[in-house]
Amino acid sequence: MIEVKNLAKNFGKIQAVDHVSFVVEKGEVLGFMGPNGAGKSTTMRMITGFIPPTSGTAVIGGHDIIADSISARKKIGYLPENAPVFPDMTVFGYLNFCAEIRGFSKRARKRKVEETIEKCFLSKVRFQTVDTLSKGYKQRVCFAQSILHDPEYLIFDEPTDGLDPNQKHEVRLMIGEMSSKKAILLSTHILDELEAVCTRAIIIANGCIVADDTPENLKAKSSVHGTVSLKVSGTDEQALLSSLGQIENVKSADIVDRKENRIEIRVCPRDFQTPIVDRIINTLREKRYEIESLFVEQGRLDEVFRNFTT
Amino acid sequence: MRTAESITNIKAIFKRELSGYFGSPIAYVFIIIFLLLLGFFTFNIGMFFENNIADLKGFFDWHPWVFMFLIPAVAMRLWSEDRRLGTIELILTLPMTVMEAILGKFFAAWCFIGICLLLTFPMIFTVLYLGDPDLGASACAYVGSFMLAGAFLSVGIMTSSMTRSQVISFILSVVICLFFILAGYPPVLDVLYGWAPIWLVNLVSELSFLNHFYSIERGVVDIRDFLYYFSVMIFFLFVTGVIIQNRRTS
Ligand SMILES: Nc1ncnc2c1ncn2[C@@H]1O[C@H](COP(=O)(O)OP(=O)(O)OP(=O)(O)O)[C@@H](O)[C@H]1O
Ligand SMILES: [Mg+2]
Repeated sequence: MIEVKNLAKNFGKIQAVDHVSFVVEKGEVLGFMGPNGAGKSTTMRMITGFIPPTSGTAVIGGHDIIADSISARKKIGYLPENAPVFPDMTVFGYLNFCAEIRGFSKRARKRKVEETIEKCFLSKVRFQTVDTLSKGYKQRVCFAQSILHDPEYLIFDEPTDGLDPNQKHEVRLMIGEMSSKKAILLSTHILDELEAVCTRAIIIANGCIVADDTPENLKAKSSVHGTVSLKVSGTDEQALLSSLGQIENVKSADIVDRKENRIEIRVCPRDFQTPIVDRIINTLREKRYEIESLFVEQGRLDEVFRNFTT
Repeated sequence: MRTAESITNIKAIFKRELSGYFGSPIAYVFIIIFLLLLGFFTFNIGMFFENNIADLKGFFDWHPWVFMFLIPAVAMRLWSEDRRLGTIELILTLPMTVMEAILGKFFAAWCFIGICLLLTFPMIFTVLYLGDPDLGASACAYVGSFMLAGAFLSVGIMTSSMTRSQVISFILSVVICLFFILAGYPPVLDVLYGWAPIWLVNLVSELSFLNHFYSIERGVVDIRDFLYYFSVMIFFLFVTGVIIQNRRTS
């Protein structure tokens, strides 16, 4: 597991990371969220041994990143922010270089590199030099480098930045596949991605952890969580609202939007434990309204994110 | 165990950097300029033919001056480039020590300069054709020249670790190299002779790259000259290590 213990980093007067502690177990995908400049990259750089922390340390699979740095780094695969890659090397040459340093023998090296090239959809550009690649391909090359040696601990700083939707999907699938055997820490600004791949999320703001929970629980903190949104055909708003308001366990019903003869309403229950969807449907049917759509809000991460970070 | 690993790492970095030189036009431009400059100095300024002595002194005497400009140019990209592109983050998070990375880069650049030196072989043939030079002394001079190049290079790799700008790295290392050359130049020592205590004069002249270069060039193989060059290299490579350890981020 990755144990982060009281990590702190000052850049002069700026406190970029302020005594952060958390643990990532095998089988977990931990998502790091936070506004720009929150200290996500700085934290990851300290965990991977690039920046020495001002205080605190990280222990990766039992190896301290400061005291036993080389052993710790062997266990990590790291995709830095902005995916830096040596511009004068070919994709193959670069991966081969990484494999050499990762200690693969000559034969194993070739197999490993070919395998990774396949996996990361790089066959087409195998012998192209990196500085002629598009941004998304550079990102893929750097991603390939991080999973090449099949490390137990993966740290990705914005792994899908610059990828097209198909590639984003592929990367998420790959992360999902790997997650059962590895501990993965990733940062992202894409909230959908967090929901799609992460088993746990940490929100960090101004260098401090402000939330640490599963994406579902975080969403439950949203003010719209558990409310029912529905679209109904009809024009008589007042009659509709009052009949909804009379339903047992309904606290309030408000109009969100209206278009021609369609009304969009949000119904808020008094007690979130008792479902109200069934009652709403029955009531509307009795009154002969036509329901166009109806769903129970799971909560919105963007709202939760905003509440935590502003 | 760790030693074998170190060697693998140094070798991997070495290969990467060396192919980096030859993969770009820099190498070829550099080789051509190096040969042209040396030829120009030797034949035109050094008046090789007019001297009527078919030996290589006129050729080797110019090496420190040509190196002073060209070696900082070879060294300037070694770390500045990685700093600028952010690839330093890749290097320093791979499972290898900073020293291994520095040595790999250093040996690659040194080897590149060695190749340039070997390419001056037509000079030897010219002299062989014209006269009867002391081949042993010439070999010594080549070795001395190679050692001098290593010392300059260690200065260059240090300045390149200090900044992400190759231009600044170049200028700094030219200035430092110039200091080390001038330290042994008679006019500078003459200035000191009048007033400075003799030990200071000796120290400054001992520090000079030139005195050690000339003594090797003369064919006097003194272990102290080699010790001197190696200590200079080790010192500057060590300083480079300290700089990189402490300034990993900016
Ligand atoms: N080398 C440095 N020198 C000085 N300050 C730095 C340095 N690196 C980062 N900082 C500062 O540390 C803070 C955290 O930066 P960091 O890169 O960790 O943010 P982040 O959460 O990754 O942001 P983003 O979402 O934009 O990637 C910022 O205020 C930044 O200006
Ligand atoms: Mg960042």
